[in-house]
Amino acid sequence: MKVELEADKCVASGQCVVAAMQVFDQDDDGIAILLEEQVGPGLVDDVREAVAVCPAAAIRLVEQ
Amino acid sequence: MNRIVVVGASAAGLAAVETLRREGHTGTVTLVGDEPYLPYDRPPLSKQLLAAEREADRLQLRPAGDIAALDLDLRLGVAATGLDLTGRAVRLADGSELPYDGLILATGVRPRRLPGEGAHVLRTLNDALTLRERLAPGRHLVVVGAGFLGAEAAAVAWRLGARVTVLEPAAVPLAHAVGAEVGRVLSQAHRDRGVDLRCGVTVTEVTEDGVRLSDGEVVEADEVLVAIGSLPNTDWLADSGLTVGDGVVCDAYLAAAQGVYAVGDVARWYNPLFGTSMRIEHRTNAAEQGMAAARNLLAPEGRKPFAPVPYFWSDQYDMKIQAYGFLRGHEEVAVVEGDLDERRFLAAYRTGDRVSGALAVGMPPRAIRRWRQTIAAGAAWEEAVPAAA
Ligand SMILES: Cc1cc2nc3c(=O)[nH]c(=O)nc-3n(C[C@H](O)[C@H](O)[C@H](O)COP(=O)(O)OP(=O)(O)OC[C@H]3O[C@@H](n4cnc5c(N)ncnc54)[C@H](O)[C@@H]3O)c2cc1C
Ligand code: SF4
Repeated sequence: MKVELEADKCVASGQCVVAAMQVFDQDDDGIAILLEEQVGPGLVDDVREAVAVCPAAAIRLVEQ
Repeated sequence: MNRIVVVGASAAGLAAVETLRREGHTGTVTLVGDEPYLPYDRPPLSKQLLAAEREADRLQLRPAGDIAALDLDLRLGVAATGLDLTGRAVRLADGSELPYDGLILATGVRPRRLPGEGAHVLRTLNDALTLRERLAPGRHLVVVGAGFLGAEAAAVAWRLGARVTVLEPAAVPLAHAVGAEVGRVLSQAHRDRGVDLRCGVTVTEVTEDGVRLSDGEVVEADEVLVAIGSLPNTDWLADSGLTVGDGVVCDAYLAAAQGVYAVGDVARWYNPLFGTSMRIEHRTNAAEQGMAAARNLLAPEGRKPFAPVPYFWSDQYDMKIQAYGFLRGHEEVAVVEGDLDERRFLAAYRTGDRVSGALAVGMPPRAIRRWRQTIAAGAAWEEAVPAAA
């Protein structure tokens, strides 16, 4: 599945990093960056958690 | 458990219904919301939306297709008006009755107001759009209340070229929340820009020309924004038998009664991590609580206490403020990194002998994320903040 990030909505909360460290990081201003765009079954649950907790609705997980 | 009703279609309610589906609930899920819109995000209302940097369509929490995929019985634009706890049914303003097996209350809060007509408040999309239309260069905005909401709105109005006056009853804005020292530093940001911040003044009413203070003085204004806190939306639960007292009172599992949960701004629950009951008006808490309550409702035998480290942020002028923990009632503040006067610092908060919170302004993300762990672990102050001990 593909992870989409709308960085301009990101409020730098870091919740996604807490939920899915292998997929998200933050730059020096705290804005989220994607470490992986494609995630396999092992990480999908973590990313779903990140989607759910992101306070800016900036993350989406899309089926391909 | 077949029929689940969620009342309140915003951040917390949405998180609840999404989690119900994610956890495999296939029965009916009814989502009731009195606003006519699909769930949208509130924090941008006092930031990007007010500044006209982002439009309403980008505030939707989920695209319409994602909402449709949840297969909800969606009742928007209709308020819940009553709850029959023994009969297990929610009454709606349109006269319909929704029987339920499980119920999640997510009705949030509404702004406190002042006597008198014509002032703005800032809670809904409509509120924000109305205020935005009235802000223009040279117009005089009086903001009553220098809390987070008032400070954010003042900052945006200033940026739009309005003349801004902020009236605050406390001697130091936000002192009860973040401590006097930090509050002083944050409020200096207003004064640096020429925003007229007047502390220790109490507004008694909104008048035709502006606002009246307790000493009788009238402060004239083109527009008035009242940002003096909020009241939980629990009126409709008054005779329900639920315990209501500054929010719906819940246990550590977020349960207000058998099969009834409350989440988000409206919920007052016992947080075992801090050993105290709290009601939190933070965006991330709404989502986390919605998720936790949905899980507890579906699997009562495996239910977990909700014991998070609260998090919030606020954007004021060029400052991004971030905090973890429960700062209210703290007994000591220590600056552990950076410099208060440069408005680039990290402050730690002590309650009892523990680290109860951390607040950062202008610090790199890792600096504050580390403290989340410290607070979650219930770390002793003397070990975590050696310089202060
Ligand atoms: C302008 C603004 C800026 C903010 N900025 C920040 C920020 O920077 N950082 C941060 O952490 N938090 C911020 N917040 C707080 C955050 O938005 C809230 O914590 C969050 O919206 C709470 O979500 P909720 O779903 O619990 O409640 P709400 O978002 O209040 O939603 C409750 C919903 O229930 C509806 N409702 C009420 N009564 C009924 C009824 N009887 N029947 C049916 N529906 C009903 C309401 O109309 C509303 O749509 C901000 C809030 C505002 C207003
Ligand atoms: S959770 Fe959302 S807002 Fe927070 S850092 Fe990640 S993308 Fe940004």
